Amino acid sequence: MSKMITNKKHLEFLLAIKKEKRNIRIVQLLIFLSFFSMWEISSIQGWINPLLFSSPSKIWSLFLEKASDGSLYIHVAFTLGETVLGFILGTLFGTLLAALLWWSPFLSKVLDPYLVVLNAMPKVALGPILIVAIGPNFGSIIAMGVLISVIITTLVVYTAFQNVDENYVKVVRSFGGDKKQCFKEVILPACFPSIISSLKVNVGLSWVGVIVGEFLVSKQGLGYMIIYGFQVFNFTLVLMSLLIIAVMATLMYQGVEYLESKLIKHHS
Amino acid sequence: MAFLQLKSVGQTYFSRTSATTALEDISLSINEGEFTSILGPSGCGKSTLLSIIAGLLIPTAGSVMVNNKPVNHPHPKIGYMLQQDYLFPWKTIEDNITLGLKLRNQNTDEHIQGAFRLLKEIGLEHTKSKYPSELSGGMRQRVALVRTLATQPKMLLLDEPFSALDYQTKLKLEDLVSSTLKEHGKTAILVTHDIGEAIAMSDNVILLSSNPGRIFRTFKIPKTLKSLLPFEARQHSDFSATFQQIWEELEHIEQNDHEQETS
Ligand SMILES: Nc1ncnc2c1ncn2[C@@H]1O[C@H](COP(=O)(O)OP(=O)(O)OP(=O)(O)O)[C@@H](O)[C@H]1O
Ligand SMILES: [Mg+2]
Repeated sequence: MSKMITNKKHLEFLLAIKKEKRNIRIVQLLIFLSFFSMWEISSIQGWINPLLFSSPSKIWSLFLEKASDGSLYIHVAFTLGETVLGFILGTLFGTLLAALLWWSPFLSKVLDPYLVVLNAMPKVALGPILIVAIGPNFGSIIAMGVLISVIITTLVVYTAFQNVDENYVKVVRSFGGDKKQCFKEVILPACFPSIISSLKVNVGLSWVGVIVGEFLVSKQGLGYMIIYGFQVFNFTLVLMSLLIIAVMATLMYQGVEYLESKLIKHHS
Repeated sequence: MAFLQLKSVGQTYFSRTSATTALEDISLSINEGEFTSILGPSGCGKSTLLSIIAGLLIPTAGSVMVNNKPVNHPHPKIGYMLQQDYLFPWKTIEDNITLGLKLRNQNTDEHIQGAFRLLKEIGLEHTKSKYPSELSGGMRQRVALVRTLATQPKMLLLDEPFSALDYQTKLKLEDLVSSTLKEHGKTAILVTHDIGEAIAMSDNVILLSSNPGRIFRTFKIPKTLKSLLPFEARQHSDFSATFQQIWEELEHIEQNDHEQETS
């Protein structure tokens, strides 16, 4: 009898959760729809300057046009490729540098002030120098994407390396493990969660780096489309590129979250 | 001939502001197959002593010999079980217990099967593909024991292996560990806070005093208790007399400590 009551209570509880979830979705959708319809109406009614702010319908038709003549894919693929490469390389180099610092405490003490300075510096300001050094091409855009994320990754991952419980290292050493094995068996796997979370930060950072890079040099890509739209005063093009970037960045973030759920199920 | 020999071992930890002497003039020798317990107040250097014997820490004074050879790195015949289980949360139980074999380059089929056999003996065969977070404290402690035994060390160093467990689990594990070690003919050093545990499990009990840690007294446990399982030994009439004796000595240590502090 009492079991039935508990079962019933449990069912009610589940139902309440489901209902809340549905309400959240409804409100989210409502915000989304009202934002775009307000935008559309304001633009048609002339409450906002349609030349500057365009309108969802104009953006959509431009999107369809660009999509059908195929030019959009090239731009999107170009930028996406650069960003993915930038953020993978940034995370990779950052982690490698962190490993180097962990390996040599002396080096880490020597480099400490330089890392602080480099981290505090706005990396995009290095853009012009990069272009002169590497040339106005693909390479300097990637370099920008890497540069912007590598130092912060190094600092975050190195801190995580240092905070690993020393006793796990003791276990490995008690089995005769050397420093390399300590790193491979303990330090690196223990820090996967930190590396993944810096991956999440780097998704956003790499987009900044690549878009700024494209502003400066590119003849292709979403950043180029923004600058071009700005120069010819085609704000529909600018806003469309922005929306595409928003969607892409979100998808990439979700990809990393998926990776996270796969990789670090048991880190507790 | 003694398996393990310590000659006037001392350890001083240095920091920028101070030098702490954790251990001073520790000399002892342990024969093969003997079970020795170390009792002493918290902070007297018990874990430090085990780290030194394990070869993880080179003492600032004195020397450690295993089979008459000095130890200056982790010895393959010594297994060390830390104060907590320290199972790797990202590894399955199977990967955890074979970690030592992998690191020592002994991961042959034969050795791996041996580790699985140990896991079975200890009643946890069904957990092989689980993760440590899915196990209870007592189960984790048993897995940690298997991990330590898997590389077939001759001597085991156990640092308060049962201190985090409830009383019943602890009594059961004492029996299990004691019989497992006896069966495989292991030498062992057990660090504990529990006088009863020390008496029930060992052949010898070493009492350490603190600040700095020194050997205060060594007790031989009566033959009548040695042959019994820990749980049975606790019921034996000789148990309480030995308990009383050690208890009084521990009181002495505390009094000495107190006098040192007040003087
Ligand atoms: N790495 C270290 N650096 C400096 N001092 C240390 C270090 N490890 C231990 N000590 C000091 O050495 C002394 C002995 O420590 P140890 O951990 O060996 O004690 P213990 O007997 O195992 O204590 P407990 O019973 O609480 O585990 C303590 O005073 C401690 O503060
Ligand atoms: Mg201790």
